[in-house]
Amino acid sequence: MSDNEKTVVEDIDRTLYDFRYEESEEDFYKVSEGLTKDIVLTLSQEKNDPDWMREFRLKALDIYNNKKMTDWGASIEGLDMDNIVTYVKPKTQMSADWKDVPKDIKDTFEKLGIPQAERDALAGVGAQYDSELVYHNVKDEVAAQGVVYSDIETALRGPYADMIKEHFMKLVPPTDHKFAALHGAVWSGGSFVYVPPGVKVEIPLQSYFRLNAPGAGQFEHTLIIVDKGAYLHFIEGCSAPKYNVANLHAGCVEIFVGEEATVRYSTIENWSKNMYNLNTKRAKVAKNGKIEWVSGSFGSHVSYLYPMSVLDGENARSEFSSVTFAGAGQNLDTGCKVVHNAPNTSSYVNTRSISKADGISTFRSSVVINKNATGSKSATSCESLMLDKESQSDTIPAMDIRTSSADVGHEAKIGRISDEAVFYLQSRGISEEEARAMIVRGFASNVGKELPLEYAIEMNNLISLEMKGSIG
Amino acid sequence: MSDSLLKVENLCAGIEEKEILKGVSIEVNPGEVHVIMGPNGAGKSTLGNLIMGNPNYKVNSGKVFFEGNDITDEPTDKRAKRGIFMSFQNPLEIAGLTLSDFVRTATEAVGEKKVKFFDFKKELAKEMEVLNMDGEYAKRDLNVGFSGGEKKKAEILQLLMLSPKLAILDETDSGLDIDAVRTVSAGVEEYRKNTNGALIIITHNMNILSSLKVDKVHVLMDGKIVKSGDETLLAAINESGYGIFEKEER
Repeated sequence: MSDNEKTVVEDIDRTLYDFRYEESEEDFYKVSEGLTKDIVLTLSQEKNDPDWMREFRLKALDIYNNKKMTDWGASIEGLDMDNIVTYVKPKTQMSADWKDVPKDIKDTFEKLGIPQAERDALAGVGAQYDSELVYHNVKDEVAAQGVVYSDIETALRGPYADMIKEHFMKLVPPTDHKFAALHGAVWSGGSFVYVPPGVKVEIPLQSYFRLNAPGAGQFEHTLIIVDKGAYLHFIEGCSAPKYNVANLHAGCVEIFVGEEATVRYSTIENWSKNMYNLNTKRAKVAKNGKIEWVSGSFGSHVSYLYPMSVLDGENARSEFSSVTFAGAGQNLDTGCKVVHNAPNTSSYVNTRSISKADGISTFRSSVVINKNATGSKSATSCESLMLDKESQSDTIPAMDIRTSSADVGHEAKIGRISDEAVFYLQSRGISEEEARAMIVRGFASNVGKELPLEYAIEMNNLISLEMKGSIG
Repeated sequence: MSDSLLKVENLCAGIEEKEILKGVSIEVNPGEVHVIMGPNGAGKSTLGNLIMGNPNYKVNSGKVFFEGNDITDEPTDKRAKRGIFMSFQNPLEIAGLTLSDFVRTATEAVGEKKVKFFDFKKELAKEMEVLNMDGEYAKRDLNVGFSGGEKKKAEILQLLMLSPKLAILDETDSGLDIDAVRTVSAGVEEYRKNTNGALIIITHNMNILSSLKVDKVHVLMDGKIVKSGDETLLAAINESGYGIFEKEER
């Protein structure tokens, strides 16, 4: 039975997901020194910042220059911080025509089942055409309910300028860490959403319409404010490959969940494999409010991603579901943080990590239950699946419990795909490759079943693509 | 090569270094019902697994033919496509994969064509009714949290949906209460009625056999078939146990 006796996992060809550009030296600025005040001021001027924002950027720059580099977790040595200016200046436009998009990317879109309009948008083609149209339609529909959905730059000059000033980087201050400071200094692009009291936004708002402006994907800022009793589902990115000219992504997401309000924030990230994804996401939840994080991390070379929920009002709740898939050459350090800051708050964390070839998948969590958070509950369940002997998976949970009246649980499981399970599925006519993919998709269903159908299908297709070539 | 459906020829096989089957031959014609009996550890399940092509078992010598084709080295999914099916003794639990999605994928894989969702749902509901299965089970994760009886019913459900030419029932009746055995038997009868498919029944229990006409009985002991005969053998085993064959084994 030599055909199916042994399975060997090989490196999968992730270049499938990468846009390839022929770059010439003239295409981009060459500045040898690090980030300077002049560069930040130029950026601020180009963006027509209000005075306070210009000052904010300069302060953040100061903090950035004085902060130590992150030295825990996955190595980010490959990041050339001296050349940070090249990250700030978009060096080239995304392809302007669908026919210029490389064939392998088109094929990937095909395999992922992404509709044409969306493909154009994702490829940066339709940013001015189809996707803008779709975006404007969505905008009109929600605007009728009094919802504001725009880029931050526009909002900064509109009627919500004061609201932005009041909330911008208050949840993730530039002092938080070096990349938060960098973000504060050079942020560009992103989304602003405001949902007025009692308004339930029925259709999910999707950010990729906003993210495809050239260079906007690197330091984008997402600010979401959902007022009392309102509901919003916001979807960031999608499962298609995202290519960025520079290899650093230091975005920031801030979500303010009002009393009795619920926000669901869904992300499927599939950065190209050269990317250092150092992203910061945080939500503050008021009394009886709820934040639901749904997160899938697939791409990037290195990721640091730990969405944080601050449960600030009584009965505030947080749910976190995530899947991380680390293939060859990837080190994905993901997890979440929860701070229980009021009585009877509750948090539920349900994560799945998959690692393949020499991929490293680390789950890191921090649960803090403060003294005043009496009667609070927290349950964490993390499961890891290693697809071969070369893959690696770690679980690093931290808990800080300061009241005796809290109920805290943590469960961790690490496993491999059982040969018997593969044989079982094969006995029903399913190929070995598909059998393994089905088991992995099932493992990732904690996220799959939380996503809107078209995203769930895309994620499943993405898993199948990742599983391709895993059998020798 | 005759018109036989399955032909196992002098099969020697086992796990790693341990030889479990020591030269087993068996021939099943289309539509026949064969019963394999024998004490624990005789190699009954091993034989079933080898016909299905479980890669954890290693063939040392001998051959397996299906409809005249040598399938000894063929992967399990190819065998399933040829029309071989096995009801597992311990069906595996697959989290996140619903019974319905699984059966649909399997139906499409074995039939090598797409099935219409509406037709599939109707067919599935019909067969679940035959098996007294609550329709809710279709939406549940495959075998996760199923009782022993429900797992076996789910196996027979797959048998009915896939309509194989040969079905191996590996201890399908073990550990079931009398009502469950009756339900499973009804499912097997339905399979026979629908497709007249052949059966290899591995069992300790005569109950599942009561409603079937058995063509051949094989007694497997210590990796060898020590006796083959018609259904009168069943009565003999029932009365005297396997002890009467020990002499013949030597």
